Amino acid sequence: MPDLSINFAGIKSPNPFWLASAPPTNSGYQVMKAFDAGWGGAVWKTLGVPVVNVSSRYGGVNYRDKRLIGFNNIELISDRPLADNLREIYEVKKRFPAHAVIASLMVGSRQEWHEIIRAAEDAGADGLELNFGCPHGMCERGMGSAVGQEPKVLQTIVEWVMEVATTPVIVKLTPNITDITEPAMAARRAGANAISLINTIQSIVGVDLDQYSPYPIVDGQGTNGGYCGPAVKPIALNMLKNCAQHPHIKLPISGIGGIENWRDAVEHILLGASSVQVCTAAMHFGFGIIREMVSGLEQYMVEKGFNRIDDFVGKALPNVKPWNELNLKYQVKASINPDKCIGCQLCYTACEDGAHQAIRLQAGTRTPAIIEENCVGCNLCSLVCPVDECITMLRTDEGTQHLTWNERTAAHNIPTEFNDERAGGRHHWVPEPLAALGKERHKTLPGKARALAVSKQ
Amino acid sequence: MAEYSTPTTEQEFAENFAQLKPLMSRNEALYESSRCLFCFDAPCITACPSGIDIPQFIRQINTGNDTGAARTIYEANYFGNACGKVCPTEVLCEGACVYNLQEVKPIEIGRLQSYATTKVIAANKKLFGPGPPNGGRVAVIGAGPAGISCACELRSLGYEVTIFEAKSQPSGLTVYGVAPYKITNEEALAEMAYLQGQFGYEVKYNSPITSLPEINELEAQYDAIFLGIGLGKTSGLGLPGENLPNCVGAVEFIAELREVHQAIAVGPRVVVLGGGNTAMDAASEAARLGAEVVTLAYRRSKDEMGAYAFEYDLAKGVGVKGLFNVAPVEVVGVEVVEGVRFVRTATVNGQVSEVPGSEFIVPCDMVIKATGQAKQLDFLRLIPGLEMDGRGRIVANAHSGQTTNPRYFTSGDARNGGAEVVNAAAEAKVAARGIHAFLSK
Repeated sequence: MPDLSINFAGIKSPNPFWLASAPPTNSGYQVMKAFDAGWGGAVWKTLGVPVVNVSSRYGGVNYRDKRLIGFNNIELISDRPLADNLREIYEVKKRFPAHAVIASLMVGSRQEWHEIIRAAEDAGADGLELNFGCPHGMCERGMGSAVGQEPKVLQTIVEWVMEVATTPVIVKLTPNITDITEPAMAARRAGANAISLINTIQSIVGVDLDQYSPYPIVDGQGTNGGYCGPAVKPIALNMLKNCAQHPHIKLPISGIGGIENWRDAVEHILLGASSVQVCTAAMHFGFGIIREMVSGLEQYMVEKGFNRIDDFVGKALPNVKPWNELNLKYQVKASINPDKCIGCQLCYTACEDGAHQAIRLQAGTRTPAIIEENCVGCNLCSLVCPVDECITMLRTDEGTQHLTWNERTAAHNIPTEFNDERAGGRHHWVPEPLAALGKERHKTLPGKARALAVSKQ
Repeated sequence: MAEYSTPTTEQEFAENFAQLKPLMSRNEALYESSRCLFCFDAPCITACPSGIDIPQFIRQINTGNDTGAARTIYEANYFGNACGKVCPTEVLCEGACVYNLQEVKPIEIGRLQSYATTKVIAANKKLFGPGPPNGGRVAVIGAGPAGISCACELRSLGYEVTIFEAKSQPSGLTVYGVAPYKITNEEALAEMAYLQGQFGYEVKYNSPITSLPEINELEAQYDAIFLGIGLGKTSGLGLPGENLPNCVGAVEFIAELREVHQAIAVGPRVVVLGGGNTAMDAASEAARLGAEVVTLAYRRSKDEMGAYAFEYDLAKGVGVKGLFNVAPVEVVGVEVVEGVRFVRTATVNGQVSEVPGSEFIVPCDMVIKATGQAKQLDFLRLIPGLEMDGRGRIVANAHSGQTTNPRYFTSGDARNGGAEVVNAAAEAKVAARGIHAFLSK
């Protein structure tokens, strides 16, 4: 069996799955329950001067019948007295000495930072995570993302922290910034041992159409919150890649954002995370999801022949390139498998209205056909197709040529004028604009009238 | 022991005749509507005789616009609620759902349709109304799916409409002819009340039109007449003993069942004659009324039955036994039915012939004849110039519903010889447009 244990910047954990600093790590009861279920570590709900919260704290984004593909909260850091939290950290560490307990911290002054670091380490925390990411409630008080958005301030505070910290220090970064590598570099300059990302994204998760208020609604009103859940994974992965590929950051990264199952975790790891943190999925489905995550990760490692997590941390990074280094000679075209096609014609209408009019309908069958000369290989049809492996994208170039935008630029072979002969779509066929009229009109007619309009066409 | 015990109370009746397509909850509707793929020029629309824009109304349900969904449905089909429940969706919209080709359960279109329409009916939501009066007056004979649909469409075009109905309630076979497990009387009548409230046509109940003077009176009073009279009584078989009590027509049996529910009595052993959907209904109903042995006898083979496969499955599911390749030769009995004498049949080159010497008796306490309905030719022949085809169906233009007497229009069973509620509803809209075109000349 592969070894799932990790040593993340000096913090040891039986597996790479940590609960992120959030409501699931609000108490010793929860963290102990999670460890008992199989989680490898937990970043405690952020400690500081206890807050007062509002009632009605979370909002969700549902997609059709699927609940919480996105989630936001307007809850603040821990509202429990520090001593209660510290006592429970101590209890958890005593019962689970091999598991990782990381104290998330957020305070204001240098004095406070020093005090709380010593207290957390005295309680037995294996490491510290500095919460410079919370995008609501705390930032208005000059903490959280207010720090993460100001690299100089961030650097100063991390320097204060490093003055007294004896355990590894992780700086948690906010995505609410143009270039996340800037605060990451500031953390590095200040001597931090690791970074974690992303914290939540500033968001309004929805508006109540009857109360005219954003969710979650607090007495008829709402505020911007922090967005997380499956929907944010793509944003997290990109920021993770930015930090992991950066030539000077060179810090272990704990990946956070939209991790719900082993696949999500592996994606984070392949882009450079050496531990992963989970919150929304645990809030949605409970701690029991860890069994699927561990099992899937193990199976993946067995099949790939990986013995340790480190074997594949960042393994996809060499294949993440700037656009202008991609091969312009590579060509794929869509292919519809008529044996699998169920005739929904979503590919037809998607290509017709949303892409390049490269799919046509055929008489006598509901299976559409690809117009190869029009197909640019955009993938859209294969993405909308509801049938597994019905539309595949087949390579049509011979695979012998490689030419990037950079190379074409160097060779002075790129379009430079508005009507340049070298325009990529210059010889691409598009229908006449007027040919569009009437194609959809029958759909606006009810019942028989619609059928009669079609039969007249 | 029979599958069902004889119901003695309304509650037991409701349990034995539990709805095949019960009303969805909001949650169920959300989950089911979420599955719809929103096909381009969806096959379900094409398969629907009334051409409802199904992906559109499902999308509307999914986004919480149930009222809009109901409007989409009713714009195409005034019997939207009833059709959701009584349509053979398995062979229409749901049978055409592309999910079938993926071996995934098709979308429950019928139930979604009833879900949306039930909402507006329950809330009596104003969706439609009569058009500005245009001075035209149309008489509609028959308050069934054809007549009511035609009246709704005519009212929306501004006509004054009076419906003459022989029975005491509207909706025709939706109440009087459909199996009770498909739709309840309350559901069918609620939609009728809703439509009448929306469109404001007049219905004269207990007002059969049967004589020439009555026809002349209608012609004098109205600009056009729509014949939505459906079919007549069960055809006689000409068998000895056919007139014994307890030997009844399926149409009459079902109509009585719909009216009196558990008060109808079937004996412990019932023989149903026929292989169509009505035969399946009657057999199922007899079983659900507590009959211990229900035999479905058909003169050809199982595969040649006219009934939909799912209807036969439904009958088999409640314990009905099939008896194939047999023809009835006599209803046996002195004062009441005691059995049916059958002769075995063989089919050679499509021709059914009796096998000599193969006669046998199936003892029973009741016979239900589901062997087709007679056309109402005696009445139709009173109308001057009205032509019927060789099968007794009124001849009419498919695009206007106009008969060979230009002031008469028709649709539904009287014209198509017996089809679904949805066919009548769809064709009646076309006929109403035909009347409008005729009177606008």
